[in-house]
Amino acid sequence: MTDDTIKAGTIRIAGHHDDDIEAYLATPMAAGPRGGVVVIHHMPGYDAATKEMVRTFAVHGYAALCPNLYSRDAPGASPDDAAAAVRAAGGVPDERLIGDVAGAAAHLNSVPAANGKIGVIGHCSGGRHAFLAACSLRIDAAVDCYGAFVVKDPPAGMPAAMKPIIGLTPDLSCPLLGLFGADDSYPSPEETAVLGAELDRRGKEYEFHTYEGAGHAFFAVNRPSYRPEAAVDGWKRIIEFFARHLSS
Amino acid sequence: MCTYLTEKIAIEGSGKGADGWFGLSHATVYVDHPQHARYEHTVNIDFINPGHGPSARVAVELTEETALDLVDAIHRALASAPPGLASTAVRDQGPQIGS
Repeated sequence: MTDDTIKAGTIRIAGHHDDDIEAYLATPMAAGPRGGVVVIHHMPGYDAATKEMVRTFAVHGYAALCPNLYSRDAPGASPDDAAAAVRAAGGVPDERLIGDVAGAAAHLNSVPAANGKIGVIGHCSGGRHAFLAACSLRIDAAVDCYGAFVVKDPPAGMPAAMKPIIGLTPDLSCPLLGLFGADDSYPSPEETAVLGAELDRRGKEYEFHTYEGAGHAFFAVNRPSYRPEAAVDGWKRIIEFFARHLSS
Repeated sequence: MCTYLTEKIAIEGSGKGADGWFGLSHATVYVDHPQHARYEHTVNIDFINPGHGPSARVAVELTEETALDLVDAIHRALASAPPGLASTAVRDQGPQIGS
């Protein structure tokens, strides 16, 4: 067995309010101890691309877990049908997201070889969720990939759940890595600069990288927005960041 | 970007999904990332009935231009038919003797 052998599959975990929810777990077969990474899926759902990210973290030596945030609303449905159902019902409430991430972190800390360190990462809506979780729970490292509406007021008509959360910055419990596209409007470089200034003001440890020639969703290999140079460099920074903060 | 914005209306009619025909209760319309269309953003329309579960859904992802063409086509089709022919008011009258 080589060091990059992993085991991955669907499990059930206790989420918010101890709800029984679906989740995708990938763990290295090599001996630990190791940190855990909670992968927060994007708005289009608990999909194949997100599960691939979970496996990638396991290949890099972490136990990684993605809770299906739509598990309650659309059990057993295809990811796109589940995303449409949740969208029609108004989206994922922030409180429930925090509870589901807390449940995922607790599960990761309970698996053999866990070192007690937890990272969170999310893309798009998951980027906002990663920041929200890191301001609401005790986390060791957080990665926000182009999360919108952290800083800026959303347009009129936005579901009540989607409020700016920059006011939570004083509660940020860990170092933050932000990866953004210079051509993105949600969040725009101006917005991420505002967030950076607030993190400075609050004395928080963070590093932001904004890639030229990249817009929103530049990590998404299955979408036209994919930008290989930005994505490859971004992955390198994510792996380095977690190595710094999640090692034993 | 993910817009999160969703227009949702109650509708009456039927749609044909993966498991056959079903009665529709709502439609949602939003401009956001498509699941399948080869564009970064599209106008997405879901004809749904949550009472029948999340898979009771007829989904389309259209470019902005063709979504607007569709709106015009609906108006033209209705304008060329007798007024009220597809209205719920006509249906609720029931069968007309001699018609």
